[in-house]
Amino acid sequence: MQPSRNKVRFVLGSTPLEISLDDPGLTLLDYLRNQACLTGTKEGCAEGDCGACTVLIAELYDNSLKYTVANACILLLGMVDGKQVLTVEHLASDTLHPAQQAMIDHHGSQCGFCTPGFVMSIAALQLDEHHGDSIQTPGRDQIDQHLAGNLCRCTGYGPIIDAARQACTQPLPDYWPHQQTAVQSILGQWQKQDETLHVECESGLFAAPRTEAELATYLSDQHSPPTLLAGATDIGLWITKQGRQLTTLLYLGQISSLKTVNRQEDELEIGAAVSLQRAAPELTRLSPDLGLLLRRFGARQVRSQGTIGGNIANGSPIGDLPPALIALGATLRIGCANGQREIPLEDFFIDYGQQDLADNEYVASVVLPARPQPHFWCSKIAKRFDQDISAVLGAFSLTLVDGFVHNARFCFGGMATTPRRARRCEAAVEGRRLDEDTLAEAQNALLQDFDPIADLRASARYRRTVAANLLDKYFRFLTVTDVPSVYEFSSPQAFTHV
Amino acid sequence: MSDSASILGAALNHDSAIKHTTGEALYIDDIPEPRGTLHLVPGYANAVCGQLRSVDLSAVESATNVVAVLRADDVPGTLDISPTHAGDDPLLAKDRIRYFGEPVFAVVARGYQDARRASRLAKIDIDSQDPILTVENALNAQSFVSESRQIQRNDWQGAIKQAPHRLRGTTVSGSQDHFYLEGQVSLAIPQEDGGVHIYASTQHPSEIQHAAAQVLGLPDHTVTVEVRRMGGGFGGKESQAAQWAVLAALAATKTGQPVKCRLDRDLDMIMTGKRHDFHSDWEVGYDPDGRIAGVDIHMASRCGCSHDLSDPVNDRAMFHADNAYFYPAVRIRSDRCQTNTVSNTAFRGFGGPQGMLIAEQIIQAIAHERRLDPLDVRRLNFYEHNDRNLTPYHMQVEDFVLDELVEQLESTSRYRERRKSIKAFNSTNPYLRRGLALTPVKFGISFTNTPLNQAGALLHVYKDGSVLLNHGGTEMGQGLLIKVAQVVAAELQIDIDQVQISSTHTGKVPNTSATAASSGTDLNGMAAQNAARTIRRRLTAFAATHYDVAENEIEFQHGQVRIADSSMTFSELVLEAYLHRVQLSATGFYRTPKIWWDAETARGRPFYYFAYGAAVSEVVVDLLTGENRVVAVDILHDVGNSLNPAVDAGQIEGGFIQGMGWLTTEEVWWDGDGRLMTHAPSTYKIPVCSDRPAHFRLDMYTGSENIEATVYRSKAVGEPPLMLALSVHQAIADALSSTSDHGELPQLRAPATPEAVLDAIQSLRPS
Repeated sequence: MQPSRNKVRFVLGSTPLEISLDDPGLTLLDYLRNQACLTGTKEGCAEGDCGACTVLIAELYDNSLKYTVANACILLLGMVDGKQVLTVEHLASDTLHPAQQAMIDHHGSQCGFCTPGFVMSIAALQLDEHHGDSIQTPGRDQIDQHLAGNLCRCTGYGPIIDAARQACTQPLPDYWPHQQTAVQSILGQWQKQDETLHVECESGLFAAPRTEAELATYLSDQHSPPTLLAGATDIGLWITKQGRQLTTLLYLGQISSLKTVNRQEDELEIGAAVSLQRAAPELTRLSPDLGLLLRRFGARQVRSQGTIGGNIANGSPIGDLPPALIALGATLRIGCANGQREIPLEDFFIDYGQQDLADNEYVASVVLPARPQPHFWCSKIAKRFDQDISAVLGAFSLTLVDGFVHNARFCFGGMATTPRRARRCEAAVEGRRLDEDTLAEAQNALLQDFDPIADLRASARYRRTVAANLLDKYFRFLTVTDVPSVYEFSSPQAFTHV
Repeated sequence: MSDSASILGAALNHDSAIKHTTGEALYIDDIPEPRGTLHLVPGYANAVCGQLRSVDLSAVESATNVVAVLRADDVPGTLDISPTHAGDDPLLAKDRIRYFGEPVFAVVARGYQDARRASRLAKIDIDSQDPILTVENALNAQSFVSESRQIQRNDWQGAIKQAPHRLRGTTVSGSQDHFYLEGQVSLAIPQEDGGVHIYASTQHPSEIQHAAAQVLGLPDHTVTVEVRRMGGGFGGKESQAAQWAVLAALAATKTGQPVKCRLDRDLDMIMTGKRHDFHSDWEVGYDPDGRIAGVDIHMASRCGCSHDLSDPVNDRAMFHADNAYFYPAVRIRSDRCQTNTVSNTAFRGFGGPQGMLIAEQIIQAIAHERRLDPLDVRRLNFYEHNDRNLTPYHMQVEDFVLDELVEQLESTSRYRERRKSIKAFNSTNPYLRRGLALTPVKFGISFTNTPLNQAGALLHVYKDGSVLLNHGGTEMGQGLLIKVAQVVAAELQIDIDQVQISSTHTGKVPNTSATAASSGTDLNGMAAQNAARTIRRRLTAFAATHYDVAENEIEFQHGQVRIADSSMTFSELVLEAYLHRVQLSATGFYRTPKIWWDAETARGRPFYYFAYGAAVSEVVVDLLTGENRVVAVDILHDVGNSLNPAVDAGQIEGGFIQGMGWLTTEEVWWDGDGRLMTHAPSTYKIPVCSDRPAHFRLDMYTGSENIEATVYRSKAVGEPPLMLALSVHQAIADALSSTSDHGELPQLRAPATPEAVLDAIQSLRPS
């Protein structure tokens, strides 16, 4: 065991703090509002969907601070150990922060309850857009992507978009470089001490092992099955929504080997604790569709904290990534004290809430072929473009050999209790040409593959219809290649005729 | 800050703009908790409908840190908190459950999480009954919260029968959750003499005061209610903030400690009412040009388990089933269905949007049947400045501006050219379709319940010349407080910074009406103006006597007061007046003139005036998936003389996007047993940033001050813009009808989710 520490240590604003935990499941939001008396950060939903609790988290990477946005409502306090937390109260100095001033200038607040969250998201966007001395003005699409996790019910967003644009043209606040240097130095010193966070309290344990070996030891030591925590974008809700009291939390975010992306000649390995945001460029390189899927996955706050491994390991039937990864032929590396095993991703999901993962195991990484089949296409159908959960998600890939279909991998989300391949449909196209007859037969077969449920997202009938229509679209993609969606068509760039 | 001379019409910031952005603006849950504050969470049965058989709360009572558990029997006064005193809104369910989520008990604990956890430990047994869930169920069972109503004019039956063309149709619109970002919350602090002071996030402090007093069995004067700001209201905190505030008040008096009740998002959405969903059948007779001869509309709405505000909501739906169109002969019937769902309530528009959607669908159906551009049919049926100006409820439309307004918008939006380019696009694209629609808005301004159209204000001028403003209106983000402050600053000719805005407080201005019906500025602005005029009159009279000049030689300007040839600052005059014992505090009062309504004969003038506007929306729809997007919006809206164009623009844009949400992505969904399944933002989808159309142009209609003597001839702006979004729904239907070459109108329900769109396409292609 490495040396350990029993208090959570982080920088709040510019003040280093050490905090004892009474409850390993304490959220950052509850800490901020009830203990630190910083009530500018609001609770709007306690499930990471509204952004009223948006804060900035800075981590030290290669001796420089990297900022991400997070929903404080579902981030646990132990997860910010060794990091800096910035809330809306920390932005203004003698003058307002450019994000604040821009919101005022453009009348970006009405009821004001969502405003601190927007201010934090805009401040993060401004940081993103600053590269040394050069300042870029983000386009509308970039602003949309960045603000998709902040709900406003009053303004209709126009003034907020304008404010975001203005803030990005402004220099960073005067105090910023000085504060950054100071915080870097604190976090740097802490990093050097190389201690494992191990907080035991009456109601449980919060530990953040720093190596896989240490994790494996924790896993074999525990009497009660621990909860493995990565981004907490799902587990956070078990606490805030279901009121669950989790007694043993093992946080994976300090294990560097789980946070690496490894690109080899023939495979791309993404560590389980790599955030969706960090994985996005790698996956976009494999397929632009996958990039669009990730852009629509949760929102910036969720993608920044949520991980590839978490989206898989919890086996949520609404995990949007697995169908696409399965179509691409992903495998899963699973670790435990005795080593690793590897299984195809599609075999990992057994049934609703049931995965092929023992209590002493953890998901270590996802492995994708570096050059997947050329004809990959996926599409997500939801009520809302951004930050919604699919009613149906279809992901398709195959190889064409002299015009004949080979090795079809069609996988759907939202059509069964787990992400599942459409085996009958795949069989119906195998060895066939891409023509109308094949499509019709494949669509019929697809209807045999699934017996979807009706729920708040869609009826069973709609799910079946649209799944078959997605196959239609995939055939168009294979034959005419251009399959525009309403989204591309309504983007600011595409819309010029008014 | 702005010059006092130009303060009216100045685009001043929201009164709390800076505090919003720094996080310093305090909402109820941000107020430092007084010593010993307890937390209350209501608990419910996992049941939809039936008699309570047994309620076992022993596990709740013995849970960690629980201090008290309240049931209906703990109420010392009246159990009912119905806003209309209908007797059907118990504070806590006593004998039976009427909807999924109805509070049966309330647990009070030392910590918020303690109370939440304990609230889930009850064992409640009920004799389940088959619930009535939908409008259809209720109509079959003849289950109504109140009597059906009807308004009619002329021989509608004959007019439809004799018309050369007839159509029947059905208009279906869904519910909508308010989704204010700040959920329901109240903090009650016990006072001496058994009373209680309540901080509540409410649009209606006086109602909470009265309800709390009734429940506690005390006179109203023992309860005070205060609200500085809400994190959004939209109608959801008009009547339905009361239950949580009163529960907190009851618990505070029982325990002798401060009690906070904050609903988490799920409880908020499960336990509070929403917009009424409507199912309406209609028949229309018209001539070959599309001119309407007669209309018969039968609307039915889901009111939920109790009256709440359903009667006035449905009345307003009836009053707006004409929108901007003259019906020569008409009958409108309204059934108010009682269902085993949460009691539906006020929501921005208050029945107006639901009524107007019917009118627009009638027009669109006629246009498609006659293969005319719907815009031409709309125009043809507009109210006119002649005898075609009588509404179904016998009120004359005297201020109609839509002819000019729509003409202007048609031109600035290039409606006709875009119509052509869309047609070309639709004939070539395999599965994407564009659609376009221009719809007008005519919205009646005033509470239809005439007594509510009154307001009071209280104005203190201190010796240093600073002014404290208080009135009965509440701030929910709509900018009311800054607009009223602008009125006072203008009347006294002082700088806006000299006017301090204070929280709404039942101890300062009594018997207030809800801040609702778009009336906040009209009513409170006038009341505050009257108070300011009283102060100014007193100062003028004092100066005239004191300096021995004629009153007409005294002039207030730019913070100065000119007294004949000399001049002094406003503050100097105030101090002088104080020293000579002039009263520097005044109340102001206002009642809206001209309005009346006779419910028996269904005739009257329920509205002081109308607000107008129009919007053009363009959409793109995917015929294979039903996905749709609004790509371009052009709005022209009439706010009379705007008191604050920045605030008004915010209301218009925000109202439009909220209406767009109602008509597109916001689906309220119950499972087959009556359990609400969309009760958080993960399942209920309001518009996000990217849903704002790429092209969004907003213009204010100029050259139209209010013909009625409202405050500076401005017009109400809170609700009307929401209905501009009807153009979105019409544009989607327009896109779909292109698949049948505009000859047939698809049955498109609202919201137009991808699924609703595919169903509508199906309605065009009989399988």
